[in-house]
Amino acid sequence: MAERVAAAGPERVLADGRAWLERLGRSVVGGLEELGLAGWLLAQSVFFLGAGRARRQPVRLAAIVAEMKQIGIAALPISTLLSATIGLMLALQGIDTLETFGAQAQVVIGVAFSVTREFAPLITGILVAGRSGSSLAARIATMTINQEVDALRVMGVDPVRFLVVPSLVAALVMVPALTLWSALVAQLAAGLWVQSALGIDLSVYVQQTFEILAVSDLLHGLGKSVIFAVSIVLIAVVNGSSVRGGAEGVGRRTTRTVVHCISAILITDMLFVWVATRG
Amino acid sequence: MSQQSHEHVIDVCELVAHYGPRPILHGVSLGVRDGEIFVIMGGSGSGKSTLLRHMMGLEVPSAGSVRVLGKDLTTMTREESFELRRKMGVAFQSGALFSSMTVGENIMLPLEELAELDRTTMEIMMRMKLELVGLAGFEDLMPAELSGGMAKRAAMARAIIMDPKILFCDEPSAGLDPAVSSALDDLILKLRQALHMTIVVVTHELESAFKIADRIAVLDDGRLLAVDVPDAIRHSPIEPIQNLIHRRPEDPTVDPNAYLERLTGEAQP
Repeated sequence: MAERVAAAGPERVLADGRAWLERLGRSVVGGLEELGLAGWLLAQSVFFLGAGRARRQPVRLAAIVAEMKQIGIAALPISTLLSATIGLMLALQGIDTLETFGAQAQVVIGVAFSVTREFAPLITGILVAGRSGSSLAARIATMTINQEVDALRVMGVDPVRFLVVPSLVAALVMVPALTLWSALVAQLAAGLWVQSALGIDLSVYVQQTFEILAVSDLLHGLGKSVIFAVSIVLIAVVNGSSVRGGAEGVGRRTTRTVVHCISAILITDMLFVWVATRG
Repeated sequence: MSQQSHEHVIDVCELVAHYGPRPILHGVSLGVRDGEIFVIMGGSGSGKSTLLRHMMGLEVPSAGSVRVLGKDLTTMTREESFELRRKMGVAFQSGALFSSMTVGENIMLPLEELAELDRTTMEIMMRMKLELVGLAGFEDLMPAELSGGMAKRAAMARAIIMDPKILFCDEPSAGLDPAVSSALDDLILKLRQALHMTIVVVTHELESAFKIADRIAVLDDGRLLAVDVPDAIRHSPIEPIQNLIHRRPEDPTVDPNAYLERLTGEAQP
């Protein structure tokens, strides 16, 4: 260190340090600004949902339905495939691990809890972030660059009401719905594997699953999915609307959206579990 | 000719604008009269598009004020803003058509979002406006299938669908060949004649400006040099205006070849 300081000169090291601190400060301020924008977008969305019609800025049902199709219905095939894979993987892993203790039949408990509380919301959140979050960010970024958002503002159509609220409402409905679907498919796939591997009948497997799970377990998974839905839409809109540059900027913002969404999903999940297991 | 009155529909007062720390407009004041075609002219980076964005309420001034139809854009409420914007239309340089919608859907969008009309009425209005801008029968095309001039016409059709009191056009003839550019100028004159609206046009095309303008504002480096009728601007004694009209560099001592040589390190032929 002392050699480096001597070689570069103390002024140079001081300047580097100052530049590093400046970059850090700028990043922190930028992050706080984005957080503030996300909060403002959420408040605006609630405003338009509640008072939009009275202010002649109604949120169109047709736009919400179109977004629901894009976020939910179009994601069903891939959601089914991934959920079945997760269910099979958990059953395989569970049976293999529990075999050590000769307790393979207990795999039902592991699959029931982990799928309902963790894997279904997680896999759905990550899937929606990758499909719809990136698509929403790219759409808003392209519209911003092409001045389409400005055109909306000038013609008196609030961009939050027109672009954000339909996506937010659709995500709030479809992400929990997909999570529920994902949990069912994963349990079913695991049940089918357990039936063939351990000879436990599927109907018995299903009955045991229902006995093990409480409503609170389901609410735990669905509660998370609601938070994931809001996070995905807000992160996508914040990233899309703050685009700079042309096509390259759109690409950067889209990638950033997916990375931020997945990070937010995992961190929120951990915090949710921490809070939920305190009580 | 024009049906303008001397009543101002837009009043810009001591407008100062910055992008980040960089000053763009330095205390610009002007008024746009009801029913006139008002052209804002200037070279690249003169601040004309920034001035237009402030007139449309898309930017918040650092200082000064912009009043449109009697309302101060900086102090009005959200409801007043929604109401005022229904009386404004804009045709951006790029057209800014929504790429996922057909031309017809683009034009009907303001009606769908802001007016309580049935589908048939909206379609009739859309076809009328398309005819007015010379695009009858193009409603089912996607924006990507239109040429540059057609996209600008479609953008104008969308901008006038609500019969606004003020139409803003940002560089309507930029990037078009002279024939298409001249046809767009004719369209602007025709729209004013047919719809009796005030039209604010930003352009750096001199021919276009002198052809359509009732009055021209000339900006240079964020400062307003003059606001006057086209003939007075053409014969203005102000040097930067004459430089702009005759496309002369502002500093005649700058030798472009020497400048290029300095940049590239190679002698220029």
